[in-house]
Amino acid sequence: MEFNLKIWRQKNAKEKGHFETYHISGIEEDASFLEMLDILNEQLIREGKEPVAFDHDCREGICGACSLYIDGRAHGPDDHVTTCQLFMRHFKDGATITVEPWRSAGFPVIKDLVVDRSAFDKILQAGGFISVRTGSAQDANNILIPHDKAEKSMDAAACVGCGACVATCKNGSAMLFVGARVSSLALLPQGRPEAQKRARAMVAKMDELGFGNCTNTRACEMECPKGISVEHIARLNYEFLAAKFKQ
Amino acid sequence: MADKLISKIPEGPLSQKWTKRKSEIRLVSPNNKRKLEIIVVGTGLGGASAAASLGELGYNVKIFCISDSPRRAHSIAAQGGINAAKNYQNDNDSVYRLFYDTIKGGDYRAREANVYRLAEVSASIIDQCVAQGIPFAREYGGYLANRSFGGVQVSRTFYARGQTGQQLLLGAYASLNKEIAAGTVKSYPRHEMLDLVVVNGEAKGIIARNLVTGELERFGAHAVVIATGGYGNTYFLSTNAMNSNGSAAWQCYKKGAYFANPCFAQIHPTCIPVHGDQQCKLTLMSESLRNDGRIWVPKKKEDVEKLRKHEIKPSQIPEEDRDYYLERRYPAFGNLVPRDVASRAAKERCDAGFGVNETGLAVFLDFADAIKRLGHQRVAERYGNLFDMYQKITASSPWEEPMMIYPAIHYTMGGIWVDYDLQTTIPGLYAIGEANFSDHGGNRLGASALMQGLADGYFVIPVTIGDYLASKFAEPKTDTSIEEFDVAQKAVQERIDKLFAVKGTKTVDSLHKKLGHIMWEYVGMAREEEGLKKAIKEIQELKKEFWSEVRVPGTQYEFNQELEKALRLADFLEIGELMARDALNRQESCGGHFRVESQTEEGEAKRDDKNFMYVAAWEYKGEDKEPELHKEPLKYEFIEVKTRNYKD
Repeated sequence: MEFNLKIWRQKNAKEKGHFETYHISGIEEDASFLEMLDILNEQLIREGKEPVAFDHDCREGICGACSLYIDGRAHGPDDHVTTCQLFMRHFKDGATITVEPWRSAGFPVIKDLVVDRSAFDKILQAGGFISVRTGSAQDANNILIPHDKAEKSMDAAACVGCGACVATCKNGSAMLFVGARVSSLALLPQGRPEAQKRARAMVAKMDELGFGNCTNTRACEMECPKGISVEHIARLNYEFLAAKFKQ
Repeated sequence: MADKLISKIPEGPLSQKWTKRKSEIRLVSPNNKRKLEIIVVGTGLGGASAAASLGELGYNVKIFCISDSPRRAHSIAAQGGINAAKNYQNDNDSVYRLFYDTIKGGDYRAREANVYRLAEVSASIIDQCVAQGIPFAREYGGYLANRSFGGVQVSRTFYARGQTGQQLLLGAYASLNKEIAAGTVKSYPRHEMLDLVVVNGEAKGIIARNLVTGELERFGAHAVVIATGGYGNTYFLSTNAMNSNGSAAWQCYKKGAYFANPCFAQIHPTCIPVHGDQQCKLTLMSESLRNDGRIWVPKKKEDVEKLRKHEIKPSQIPEEDRDYYLERRYPAFGNLVPRDVASRAAKERCDAGFGVNETGLAVFLDFADAIKRLGHQRVAERYGNLFDMYQKITASSPWEEPMMIYPAIHYTMGGIWVDYDLQTTIPGLYAIGEANFSDHGGNRLGASALMQGLADGYFVIPVTIGDYLASKFAEPKTDTSIEEFDVAQKAVQERIDKLFAVKGTKTVDSLHKKLGHIMWEYVGMAREEEGLKKAIKEIQELKKEFWSEVRVPGTQYEFNQELEKALRLADFLEIGELMARDALNRQESCGGHFRVESQTEEGEAKRDDKNFMYVAAWEYKGEDKEPELHKEPLKYEFIEVKTRNYKD
């Protein structure tokens, strides 16, 4: 297969970026999108040009490192996958493909397609945990959790922290990311004692870091590679409001 | 210098060793902990759990990772589960059985005392993880669910769908975040350790490159903990994440830490087969699939031919024409034999011409029986995400046709040599998790890597490091302007300058692929003397080619992924050579290390306990000099050393 790739190039955070177009051929249809970019980079290096920087690591759809905006969609045209699990068989031979970094005030560009997502770490540091010290725990089976509750918590806990929800949202909101964490813990008895405090602290940090508000367009749910439901945003709102009333 | 290999195994009965050691270890009072600094390199299960627990104790911790967030560490990709001797299933499991299975699974090349401790703390790991809010799978009554893994006959594996590593890592990362918020831990993402700084023979700090600005930065501490995982990416194609590398561990080796059993690499039987030469990463299909999936190839060559030409579908081959070779060869364990055994059996069938895809390097993993027995919904609950993943990659549905799988490099049991306290041969330098060598011998059992990472991080290092630090609290903070830091930073700078100066024509990846081919061919699933000698020679030549023909574009002072890769490949080239050297030395087959010269008539691995029941610990002797081999004899006081038998 062959493609024209229109790729965002930006030397660093300070300089202005621009699109550059590259032609690539001889791509197997079973190649992944990132393997295709690897091949492009090999080609660029051989031509004495700068390779395209992009974040990636596990290439199994679980680490959440890859973060490309492809043809106007977070993680590209296939549904519920990360970029690394997107395969070239989903593209038409000869197509022009536009590749951009996440574009959001919360995620400044570091270089080319690489963005700084440390804001997500900061939000979780604000309260995305259960305050248990190593060694304090009781026997695991002393905490009973109904099967369906555990499954629901797991649905939310599947978040890979890639940032597709923010990149997709017209408001640049991180509500799905925050909702997933808050909801996953709030559903479990262990997470209850801090549930409201957690919701308040994480939302406050999200606002402070410049992420936008949720206006219920549900675009985040559509583009989430793990298919995390906006139901978890509802649970976040519930905990947040409950905390407000208590105040 | 053999006296450096003092394993510090406590005297006394096996079950009392850890208790005894804990009672001897000196304590550091809370006010003194505040004065002490610890560097942790790596944020996987070992590093994150260690840093969080050390922070809780009151130490000042600095934690480093190469990715943009600690949460990306490759522990996240572990799928199947984590073992623990809880005996929740009432199937007669115990600490002793977990210990025994691990020693046997490791083909009697791991230390008894370390493995027993691992089994002993395993139950506390599950308690800790549940308290952190990890949504493990549950029965309908609300109790924790278990499943079984290779090499064992009980169900002791706890899991969270096929994303157990992710959930455990997010738990450790959450604890880490709690400590970062509390100010006891400072996190340095996008930082890569490029050298260890040793002062008067003790580890006192690291040189790291800030991967965003490219600056070299100095960090000092009273102790350094290496938790950077394994070196499986020496093979280029592996199930490891693309950025996983052996460099931090390798720099420790070059500063005097012994490197143990480097040839012990695990080849995982259930990976998606290689599809072409554009591939850069192999994907694992969890071992948990072998709970319900059955592995087979056709009995008849004509069926193989038809499969390769796509003239028939696997489901069209009748039952009587299928060879369920694991069930045939190992009736007692069937499809749940350990990884090394399953991998070799797959290779044996494929070498005999029964491989089921165009390349002849694939076997079937079939769920048709399980779907019939359990129904669609229960199979989906257990393996749904793995089936989806397989389908995304291969465009074939495991619900309709069997998966195709083939062995691939997955894990390295070898690593930095450590004593019972997890301290290396350099005082003040510790190694935990996959980065050390201590618990898995020649072969690691499934669901035990997560167990070891968390055991080391939550329960071992927070205790043992105190024994060293108890004599250090009066020492001031390490001054990073001293000569040792100057020298180390200068050496790193020279290495980087040298790479840019080559200005060759070959890309880093193309050279890494070459190394991978040599490794897979000669230091892969079957190793023999001639091939290993050839590998050493070819790797040395490739190293020369690398240093004279590599092209590293860009500059140091920017985000430069090619430079990162080049620095790592420079080390992989040396690691590969040591692996081959160690494999050549070990003239026996054990665990994942299969020497063609040492096998039984049935083709099973043949150990040589008389001559090789030792840990091979290699000491660096300088650039282009042969490393020196030290031997730590393995003593089995409590279990009888037997030939591994999974047949009856």
